[in-house]
Amino acid sequence: MFKYANPTRFMELSGLVLPWFAAAAAILIAAGLYLGFTAPPDYQQGDTVRIMFIHVPAATMAMAVYGLMALASLIGLVNRHPLADIAAREAAPLGALFTALALITGSLWGKPMWGTYWVWDARLTSFLILLFLYLGYIALWNAIEDETRAARAAAILALVGAVDVVIVKYSVEWWSTLHQGESIFRMGGPLIASVFLWPLFAMMLGYGFLFAALWIVRIRTEILNRRSRSLLRAGA
Amino acid sequence: MTPFLALVARDMRLATRAGGSAMLALAFFAAMAAIVPLGVGADLRLLARIAGGVLWVAAVLAALLSLDRLFQLDFDDGSLDAIALGPLSLESVSAAKILAHWLTTGLPLTLLSPVLALLFDLPAQGYVPLVVSLAVGTPSVSAIGAIGAGLTLAVRRGGLILPLLVMPLIVPAVIFGSGAVLAAIDGLPSAAMGLLAAFSLGAVLLSPFATAAALRLNLAA
Amino acid sequence: MAHFFAMGGYAAYVWPSYGVTFLGLAAAIILTWRSYAHAKRVLASAEKGDRS
Repeated sequence: MFKYANPTRFMELSGLVLPWFAAAAAILIAAGLYLGFTAPPDYQQGDTVRIMFIHVPAATMAMAVYGLMALASLIGLVNRHPLADIAAREAAPLGALFTALALITGSLWGKPMWGTYWVWDARLTSFLILLFLYLGYIALWNAIEDETRAARAAAILALVGAVDVVIVKYSVEWWSTLHQGESIFRMGGPLIASVFLWPLFAMMLGYGFLFAALWIVRIRTEILNRRSRSLLRAGA
Repeated sequence: MTPFLALVARDMRLATRAGGSAMLALAFFAAMAAIVPLGVGADLRLLARIAGGVLWVAAVLAALLSLDRLFQLDFDDGSLDAIALGPLSLESVSAAKILAHWLTTGLPLTLLSPVLALLFDLPAQGYVPLVVSLAVGTPSVSAIGAIGAGLTLAVRRGGLILPLLVMPLIVPAVIFGSGAVLAAIDGLPSAAMGLLAAFSLGAVLLSPFATAAALRLNLAA
Repeated sequence: MAHFFAMGGYAAYVWPSYGVTFLGLAAAIILTWRSYAHAKRVLASAEKGDRS
């Protein structure tokens, strides 16, 4: 597997798949938007159901990206592979963006449905913690100047965070049952009708391809930057 | 005396001497607890309900305040290198540092907490859960904080980024700890104390390895 | 058309959601692409400087 993981091979392969990923993202998101806005309003949520088509994919990506980041961190830490370090680092800002979008669209959905922008619901709360985990990870990377050392430190944090985020999720669920005032309308619960499933499905795939395309470009950018830096160092 | 206990004793001496972190953390804990009623109002019914949560948050903040120093002073004056070359593995060094930190901050905070709970008019059935939850839970704060302290060792002014790293990781301890107190006030049966103990045990067992890994990458230079 | 934009009375929540999502994703795409173009330029000039 690692014979494909050297930066030169990565530049070749990723250059080949990048246009296809970008095109897939554009087509799927366009299709998802079309299907999403032509679907009838939900009988319970009314037109706010359309927020789900951008909220659920953002939330899914927020978690999936953390998983990928932790996996890349593990490979970077165990195999000392610079490409994995770069991949982990470049995933984090995108993950933080998806988490923030999931939180914002979740609150905008919550205002008409729950009557308030924010409830300390188990999902909203654990996503807020997830956002802090991303921010801490990014801050640690930026705070350490030495590249290798920053990569190792950030990888340890990502792995500790990956173990912790599972416990946080569980503890927050436990906590919200302790503090629950009234029974709340569960997010995502009523999404069953296929008129809603198709746009959701298209948007989720579209978000996935969009993330993959952006991730690839960010990794390529960092590889190019490192090449420039080593050329400049060698020239100086 | 074994090298492990010698290191624990040394760190405890350093923390408890004049100007050491132990007294500062205690004073910070008391000040935090005193300022909350001034912010939220003196309604004793409200204060009684939030006592467990406020004291737990204050304890975590007080512990975080002193975590910054856990390795930093030894790192700056080179004694951490000397300790690393000694008979103890970095895992044992981390465990000793965590134990010393807990004995000089977590334990005193736990012992002071019932006095501060008086200021909040905590109902009588809340005292035992408060003290037990802090005694059981604060080791996890020292343990998880040590990982953060190890990771930020190479960062100039790492004290600023440390709370951001540790806060999300420590959330379960705050939830279960204050939850145990609240459940006791309401007279409800609760699994909180058991969950807190499990979380704390897991953190204490795993943290020395993560902390040692963090120290290793910073000492390698 | 007006009916569509009214979103069954939920326009104040649906459109800001889409607006924020659009702005966030568009910013990510533009920033990512700009730093990629910049990195290519820097590398090209570094390689040129190396040879001369």
